[in-house]
Amino acid sequence: MTAINHHISDDLLAAYAAGTLPHPYAVVVAAHISLCLDCRAGFEAHQMAGGALLEAANSEAVSGNLKNSTLALLDAPAPVEKTYARSGVYPGPVMEALKGKPPRWKSLGLGVRQCILSGDREGSVRLLYIPPGQAVPDHSHNGLELTLVLQGSFSDETGRFGVGDLEIADQDLEHTPIADAGPPCICLAATDAPLRFNALLPRLLQPLFKI
Amino acid sequence: MLIASLDTPPTLKPPPARFGKDMTQVTKPSAQVSPQTTWMLLVRDQRDRDAFAMLFDYFAPRLKGFIMRSGTGTGQAEEIVQEVMLTVWRKSAQFDPERAQVSAWIYQIARNRQIDVIRKENRPMPEELAEDPETEPDAGQILAVEQEAGALKKALSLLKPDQREIIEKAYLGELTHQEIRTQTGLPLGTIKSRIRLGLERLRHELKDMR
Repeated sequence: MTAINHHISDDLLAAYAAGTLPHPYAVVVAAHISLCLDCRAGFEAHQMAGGALLEAANSEAVSGNLKNSTLALLDAPAPVEKTYARSGVYPGPVMEALKGKPPRWKSLGLGVRQCILSGDREGSVRLLYIPPGQAVPDHSHNGLELTLVLQGSFSDETGRFGVGDLEIADQDLEHTPIADAGPPCICLAATDAPLRFNALLPRLLQPLFKI
Repeated sequence: MLIASLDTPPTLKPPPARFGKDMTQVTKPSAQVSPQTTWMLLVRDQRDRDAFAMLFDYFAPRLKGFIMRSGTGTGQAEEIVQEVMLTVWRKSAQFDPERAQVSAWIYQIARNRQIDVIRKENRPMPEELAEDPETEPDAGQILAVEQEAGALKKALSLLKPDQREIIEKAYLGELTHQEIRTQTGLPLGTIKSRIRLGLERLRHELKDMR
């Protein structure tokens, strides 16, 4: 496994630990932490800070019977929670977003495919499949976009991104990622705005393809 | 055998007994370990209800205060407190004192529960780190976590009131990531210096997995 060179920024990690990151980004951050020990350690450091604040919090007395009613529930059956294990190149949080099933790819043309995991007003998160040498269409960003490489690699004006690397792009970055030679590049991409493609697809068609 | 790591400060003796999952060997951890960690290990390893009651007495009022600060009413706050404490009991096997303080672990459970309630969605969480069941517990590392947490608490207590306010808002979930970004300064820097410890431990675990 090659070293991960591109990591989550500290403000994103703090927001993720506090639970304020919109869901599409949280999926990407959880997937990156699953692959990256450095960012896992950073995440745990933020949890430690949250815990220190919890210990220092102003106490509010709880009702007299809350303790006994909690103790009485210790033997009650626990709700079953489904957990999703890593499968192939897809980390647990991606498998959870896929509900445990393999991705169902939709063609975007030129061999590029996508599989939308979720999308709403908060933004969307999707898997992208890009054959080697193929460009992800040049796009401008409307907001924050996180792209995590799960297989292969891509390169753009800012550098090379391999498995586990996370690209953080905002509206100031105009870039053209191209999948490197080797296995097809599979990425997990989250955005809080619809991507504006400058090439390949006319704007009018974008709602149709949901990109 | 329990072997204190080389970086254990000389003033601290390692606890006399292991904290292993081996039930018969678990004994009272040494006085250097915080009471909260001691109670949590008794809950985890011996399903000790008295220790759970102690944890409840310590954390329930703090959790309630913490949860109510973000605008939740007293009734719903108590419901969340109860669910968090039940999760502490049910998922105690996931508690690892070599990586986290009890309060850090409970903070995460509480934030997850609040998000469930407020947004009606599960927060995506990273995969659990696979740990070799044969790994010997490292008392030096447990004490190091306690020390780092103590240093962090001290650093937080020394913040100016306005800085403290910002950091509380961030960790209570009252700031968006954009707002945290514009506020990135001393508070996050303080925390970042705490990352080193976690890294050491995680590298250690990675080595064990190979």
